[in-house]
Amino acid sequence: MLPLPTTSAASAAFRVALFEGAGADPLEPQARGELLSALLSKGFPISVVNERANVSEAASGTLVVLGRFHEAKPERAESTTGVSVFFRNVRNASAAEVVATVDSIRVEANLPKPGAWKPWFPVIDYDRCTNCMQCLSFCLFDVYGIDADKKIQVQNNNKCKTDCPACSRVCPEVAILFPKYRHGPINGDVVSEDDMRRENMKVDISALLGGDIYQALRDRSAKFKSRFSKERDADKALEERTKCLTKLGQQLDIPAEVFASLPSFEQIRTKAAEAAAKAQAALDDQKKEEYSPQRAQEGT
Amino acid sequence: MNALPLRVLYCNCTYANVVPKATKEVVLRELAASGIAFDAVPDLCELSAKKDSCLKELADGPVKIVACYPRAVKWLFSAAGAKLPDEGVEILNMRTETPEDVLKKVFSEPEALATV
Repeated sequence: MLPLPTTSAASAAFRVALFEGAGADPLEPQARGELLSALLSKGFPISVVNERANVSEAASGTLVVLGRFHEAKPERAESTTGVSVFFRNVRNASAAEVVATVDSIRVEANLPKPGAWKPWFPVIDYDRCTNCMQCLSFCLFDVYGIDADKKIQVQNNNKCKTDCPACSRVCPEVAILFPKYRHGPINGDVVSEDDMRRENMKVDISALLGGDIYQALRDRSAKFKSRFSKERDADKALEERTKCLTKLGQQLDIPAEVFASLPSFEQIRTKAAEAAAKAQAALDDQKKEEYSPQRAQEGT
Repeated sequence: MNALPLRVLYCNCTYANVVPKATKEVVLRELAASGIAFDAVPDLCELSAKKDSCLKELADGPVKIVACYPRAVKWLFSAAGAKLPDEGVEILNMRTETPEDVLKKVFSEPEALATV
């Protein structure tokens, strides 16, 4: 029997393997390249498998095994570990046809279409992070949280606003990465001393807006309301607000969509207070632990 | 000494335009043409976000990761609960290195790579 594709990535929910070991002919280099490129561009992970690439079996999920098999294979089989294995002979099939075949299996397996979500989320560099909780205080979208050890972590990466790196701007240690960001060191490039010195790497939001950002937003809101009541000019107020947000967006490289999805001022106030309280509680806990009698004893 | 075979992981960074397309194309084409066994994923960030167990498996053995900045790759693995070991891991950066340099490093130990 053809062994289960046994490359490292075999345990994911949906995997494709190109089997070129015993019992199958290898693809021509160009055909292999085209097939890999076509599958990857449609969001399918693929492992090129041969007899020497043996690792553990998949634990669950769906596995599509492609190959130019010498003998007929069952269209579908269940492995002993509960993996649904689909065999497809790709002899004489074009890359586009193979992709269509793989996609039809995905549909049959009732799995979501790949690529629906652009994987944009913060990644914490714990070599630099000091657990200061500024990111937790800053983010209004509940991306950050605290683990059982009171350590900051990214808890809801799917809540992060695509292409928005704002939280990395407020991190005083340049510890927040967005690997898909255009520029370093936010993209993961080495943090140089120049980066640390550069003002825009540690944007002081307070300085930027002349005080607490939320207070600034509230002030602006009040200003808008006041103007609105005096001038009864909603368009003017809207224009002013747009101007302010555009300026902020340009300075922090925040997409306009993020501002468009911001909660109301009231909700911002509530969320900011909740986030600040959560951050403060975590910091207080840290302090308590640092000064606990046990720690004190350990220190002596 | 680690007895596990050396693996190669290639990230296509499919959902962003930050890795030069020409570099990705040349590297993938040459990897495919070489006949080595390797894993290719559309997007390493996506695997990290899903905490895909394959990252743990990869972190267990010697691996060459063809992706982007080493600091980003290191913490993407960590975020998925798959801490990369200090030794036996080489991260090649397609954002800054030429395809020729990347491929030279990938194939620097050809005897350790399984070929078709």
